[in-house]
Amino acid sequence: MVKNFSRKSWVTLAIFGLLALVPPIAHAFDNSFLITMFNRALIYAVAAVGLDLIIGFGGMVSFGHAAFFGIGAYTAGILGTHAFDGSDFIFGWTGSNAALVVWPLAMLVAAFFGAIIGLISLRTSGVYFIMITLAFAQLFYFFFVSLSQYGGEDGLSLWDRNTLPGLDLYDRNTFYYLCFTILLAVWFFLSRLVASRFGRVIVGCKQNERRMRALGYDPLLYKLVAFCISAAIGGLAGALIANHSEFVSPGLLHWSRSGELMVIVILGGMGTLVGPVYGALALFLLEESLVSFTEHWQVILGPILILVVVFFRGGIAGFLTGNGKASIKSGDDHG
Amino acid sequence: MLLFLEQLLNGLQFGVTLLLMASGLTLIFGIMNLINLAHGSLFMVGAYVGATAIAHGSGFFLGLLAGIAAAAITGMAMEFVIMRRLYRRDHLDQVLATFGLILFFNEMVSIIWGRQPVAMNTPDFLSGTVELIPGAPYPAFRLAVIVTGIVVTGLLYFLVMKTRIGMWIRAGASNREMIGALGVNISLLYTVLFGFGAALAGLAGVMAAPFSAVQSGMGENILILTFVVIVIGGIGSIRGAVAGALLIGLTDTLGRVYIPDLMRLWLPPSVADGAGASLASMMIYILMAVVLAFRPRGLFQTHG
Repeated sequence: MVKNFSRKSWVTLAIFGLLALVPPIAHAFDNSFLITMFNRALIYAVAAVGLDLIIGFGGMVSFGHAAFFGIGAYTAGILGTHAFDGSDFIFGWTGSNAALVVWPLAMLVAAFFGAIIGLISLRTSGVYFIMITLAFAQLFYFFFVSLSQYGGEDGLSLWDRNTLPGLDLYDRNTFYYLCFTILLAVWFFLSRLVASRFGRVIVGCKQNERRMRALGYDPLLYKLVAFCISAAIGGLAGALIANHSEFVSPGLLHWSRSGELMVIVILGGMGTLVGPVYGALALFLLEESLVSFTEHWQVILGPILILVVVFFRGGIAGFLTGNGKASIKSGDDHG
Repeated sequence: MLLFLEQLLNGLQFGVTLLLMASGLTLIFGIMNLINLAHGSLFMVGAYVGATAIAHGSGFFLGLLAGIAAAAITGMAMEFVIMRRLYRRDHLDQVLATFGLILFFNEMVSIIWGRQPVAMNTPDFLSGTVELIPGAPYPAFRLAVIVTGIVVTGLLYFLVMKTRIGMWIRAGASNREMIGALGVNISLLYTVLFGFGAALAGLAGVMAAPFSAVQSGMGENILILTFVVIVIGGIGSIRGAVAGALLIGLTDTLGRVYIPDLMRLWLPPSVADGAGASLASMMIYILMAVVLAFRPRGLFQTHG
């Protein structure tokens, strides 16, 4: 057990260390595209770590998490648009471009919709929960598609990246390290959270909701709070991706995006928090390398995902830390 | 009034297409407890193969058969190679694996047929109109879709409720060990059942092809609507699938036509059209939220 623990922390340390070294390595190879690519993976990792809180620990399989990602991104996009042209957004407020205003607001708005979606969805469970969250995400997708004032289907370009006192977010390195710091902070916060009494209750609800109720807890309340926290983190990641690509579109809320986030969590190893970080890196590296082979890279990625599901349980994190169980005998041959 | 009747029939026709998808999906889910996101891919395979066969002069019925057969074979191969490893797994694993299948099929289709949509015309003998009531011509093909859907669903209901195979299927849904112990080859039964569900998706695909562009990714839109149908109706219930499909088909079709008009009563036209269109496209999801808020397990909840 002690050995296992140390191996796990060592691997975690190694992955974060590696991520910290990406910019210098990229500069050494004179390939700044690497920074952009890894930055994207970092941002998806933020959203996926947040999703892992509810999937891996709470047993709430949300197939609509892209909704919060998109809501966060549109918050940044819409506020930025008004800040740029000085037009009225709401009650005479002309939006904002300050990260310290926009990002917390993105989290708040996402958490607010998370509360509404959660309240209705959490009345159901299992497959119903998967499908109802999917349907809610579609609802928001179509909302933004028909929001012609903010670009509708074509999306919305950000005129400026958000501003943060003392930092230049246009600088690749600065933005990369900012996202890296945010990922670390989110990861650290969630690790503390799942180790706390609150986290134990969430895990308890996943295992046996009736028992938790008998112990005097209100499972719905705990699950709802966890859902909102996860939504808020998704919103934050959305605001970051809006800044990263300087463009916001309904594509961010498309259901395949929710699927992608789930793939990241499961591929990396759900219920480990650090797993989604591996998952995001693995998926993006896989995509990038397959794209260089063939434009039809998805025809290879699909079967790879299936093989991972069938033969590796516990994902990459389980594999690296030796906790993964090969589910089928022949799995050992492939390991 | 005539417009309303026409829209009602259009809604019915859309509902029937959804019903074919939903009954296949809910049969597989209700009995094998398997979430198959790739059910939409089978719809797509049916549409592509059907449209291609017809474009090469096979004639409508042979094309229809080709589409159904292609979907059924694809479905059975899918079950045999991948799905049977996942019956006892978490729903999460099933979602991920079938998500991988979607990526595979979408890309495979664009490798074979290219990125451009494939067009399919309605067959000549169904390209006219029928006067249901005097003065109200209605496209014959749409009417044929409605009739086919109703007949097929009726047969399905009979098969599941009244025949011996149906009895095995229902028994397998309640207790798979027991039905296996009684000497039924359950693994064969499941492969066949999966193929049957796939055939229904293929049929829906060929019949929907003239109304929509046959292109990569076409399966997902209808898949999500099918999920909404099943969730509203109650997972595993054929009656629920019927109720859900008609409710969604009518709500979506009528909503798109009438909601903008209704909004014009309160709002200036320019605002009403935009808001109306956006509300109309969200309508079925709102309906689903309302239904589930009151009945979390759907309108016709089944066992378990």
